[in-house]
Amino acid sequence: MGVSASKFLVATSALLLAASGACAATLDIVKEKGFLQCGVNTGSAGFASPNDKGEWAGFDVDYCRAVAAAILGDGTKVKFTPLSSKDRFTALQSGEIDVLIRNTTWTLSRDTQGFDFTGVNYYDGQGFMINGKKLTGITSALQLSGATICLQAGTTTELNVADYFKANRMEYNPVVFEKLEEVNNAYDSGRCDVYTDDRASLHSIRLRLASTADHIVLPEIISKEPLGPAVRQGDPQWADIIRWTHYALLTAEELGITKANVDEMVKSESPEIRRVLGQEQNTKLGTDLGLTNDWVVNMVRAVGNYGEIFDRDLGAGSRLKIDRGINALWTKGGLQYPMPIR
Amino acid sequence: MASQDISPGTDSGKASLLNDPKFRGYLFQILAVLVIALLGYWIVNNTIENLQRARLATGFGFLDGRAGFDISSSPYLTYSSDSTFAKALLVGILNTLTVAVAGIITATILGFIVGIGRLSHNWLIRKICTVYVEIFRNVPPLLVIFFWYSGVLAVLPQARQSVALPFGTYLNNRGFYVPSLILGEGAWLAGVAFIIGIVAAFFVKRWAHKRQMATGQPFPANLTAIALIIGLPILALAIKGFPLTLDYPILGAFNLKGGSQVGPEFISLYLALSFYTASFIAEIVRAGIRGVGKGQTEAAHALGLRPGTTTRLVVVPQAMRIITPPLASQYLNLTKNSSLAIAAGYPDLFAVGGTILNQTGRSLEVVVIFMIVYLSLSVLTSLFMNWYNAKMALVER
Repeated sequence: MGVSASKFLVATSALLLAASGACAATLDIVKEKGFLQCGVNTGSAGFASPNDKGEWAGFDVDYCRAVAAAILGDGTKVKFTPLSSKDRFTALQSGEIDVLIRNTTWTLSRDTQGFDFTGVNYYDGQGFMINGKKLTGITSALQLSGATICLQAGTTTELNVADYFKANRMEYNPVVFEKLEEVNNAYDSGRCDVYTDDRASLHSIRLRLASTADHIVLPEIISKEPLGPAVRQGDPQWADIIRWTHYALLTAEELGITKANVDEMVKSESPEIRRVLGQEQNTKLGTDLGLTNDWVVNMVRAVGNYGEIFDRDLGAGSRLKIDRGINALWTKGGLQYPMPIR
Repeated sequence: MASQDISPGTDSGKASLLNDPKFRGYLFQILAVLVIALLGYWIVNNTIENLQRARLATGFGFLDGRAGFDISSSPYLTYSSDSTFAKALLVGILNTLTVAVAGIITATILGFIVGIGRLSHNWLIRKICTVYVEIFRNVPPLLVIFFWYSGVLAVLPQARQSVALPFGTYLNNRGFYVPSLILGEGAWLAGVAFIIGIVAAFFVKRWAHKRQMATGQPFPANLTAIALIIGLPILALAIKGFPLTLDYPILGAFNLKGGSQVGPEFISLYLALSFYTASFIAEIVRAGIRGVGKGQTEAAHALGLRPGTTTRLVVVPQAMRIITPPLASQYLNLTKNSSLAIAAGYPDLFAVGGTILNQTGRSLEVVVIFMIVYLSLSVLTSLFMNWYNAKMALVER
């Protein structure tokens, strides 16, 4: 009894400390400690995984670096916390991380459970992957009745697949794991017929499997998965910073400001570019946000614009070769539409 | 506070109350209780306040909501994604119980065998048992789970190349498939006969024991009991003309269909917990047997008891008194270690609760439920073991 009671005390007091820590302004905390604590995926190539030099790399990782550069002027001042899908919200809620950028789907219930989503940096949808060599003749998800499906715990994936199979009157047998690596192993060893996840993740996982060419991603997209950064509710300034980081990266792409030319662009005559890069006389755009006025310059210098990040981590410049598709700028027929910086 | 109870006239008679050991004892106990109660109040109050500040809802009302996710293994309840969160939790609790009870039984049997094996006069048996204990005792349980899940079960053949075993059973990397029994009309009689068999066997054993105590004449009570428990239901079935059909597993599009299936998630967790805990139980059993004085065995031999009878009637009953208390701790450990289930994808309480926590964001409530359930399971196990211990304890006449 004594042990259990003391355990309860420890657990409760941990929660207390965490909850009280969450109250101070996150921006001040980050500035004071001198680095950003960013929650990322445990290992999803393209989004967040350690590269061959042992450094974290990927789309979400670059977003973390962009935020760090915007606040601290240096994109390397980030510490990464790899989180399983099950642990991610607890880590954010408890103040263990400052921001969660871990291909997380924006949903109403999550938005009202004490979190705030600040935007959509990647529009995705859930799909299915099968081993086409083993399961010949399957070309559609509607043929999957009776299949065993591997997936990760605590995801919208888990809910979507239940809805999809129910709506189509099909049966399936879920095998749920906590960590991505465990799901990968189970799928690879043939424990499951089907792997379901967001389609970008499926492409990334496919590359890691022994015989990449055997595995096919089925054409069906069964859900909307708007992925974006999330912060704790109740800190509007912090939410604004993360939100406008995303818009600034998109604006930079719109205006053609790249990692290579940002230092020249600073001297540009164009009023819009001068405004975005904080070169206007007596501008207060950056300082009103709680940052310096050259925040966009620091960000683009560190990671490039949205298009560059996408290309490098997910698109043509990466092994994943994912099409920009609906993630193109609105001017090119996509959904990425930044709010005006003025 | 300093209420020195001095009545007039007896100024030198009584010492200060603070120097009274009895009063002081009560005072400090009351103070300790007050401090703990205040701390508890502060913790609860502060938590609620902070939760409100973070704009988090509290309460257990969310348990009535639609779960929306599926669970792979629900052998006792019909669960679907339309069921409530409460039902999902119940499925998780039952799964935890299943693996804990199955694990405790197997670990006990295995532990006794290995523990006695370590005391064997046969060199090979003794060494094999020592190696077993040293390996499983010194490896973290999570690793043992991975060993069974990835190392042993995952290398089994795919569903389409299932290994056919006798009696229509199959083994593949999706689990172990057995034909399931479909009960026809009149099969209830067999169930009734089974219960009657157990009750009858109990009375036969009691009667045989009494008779042996009184007259010294043994009676083959164990054989009679087995015959009663197995024979009566078969007799009942024969009367009804065997109203049983078997549903054999057949290969479907993806998996074997029909029959009953035990998934590799359960098997690996169950085997891992059993093998891991058995190594500790083996040591407890060895210590217990060693703890019985040599004179006891020698005295039994001197009375003319054979070695087997000596072990059964003299050594083991005394060893059990030493074994039972630490055995209870191992049972508790096994139950708590079952929360590693999610590593092998088995939907136990911890895995299901984790999903619920994630889907609803109610971390505090779910953690409280975790603690209540594991605490209750542990307390129940303790109570049972304490009862058993009291029963086994030396009865002084």
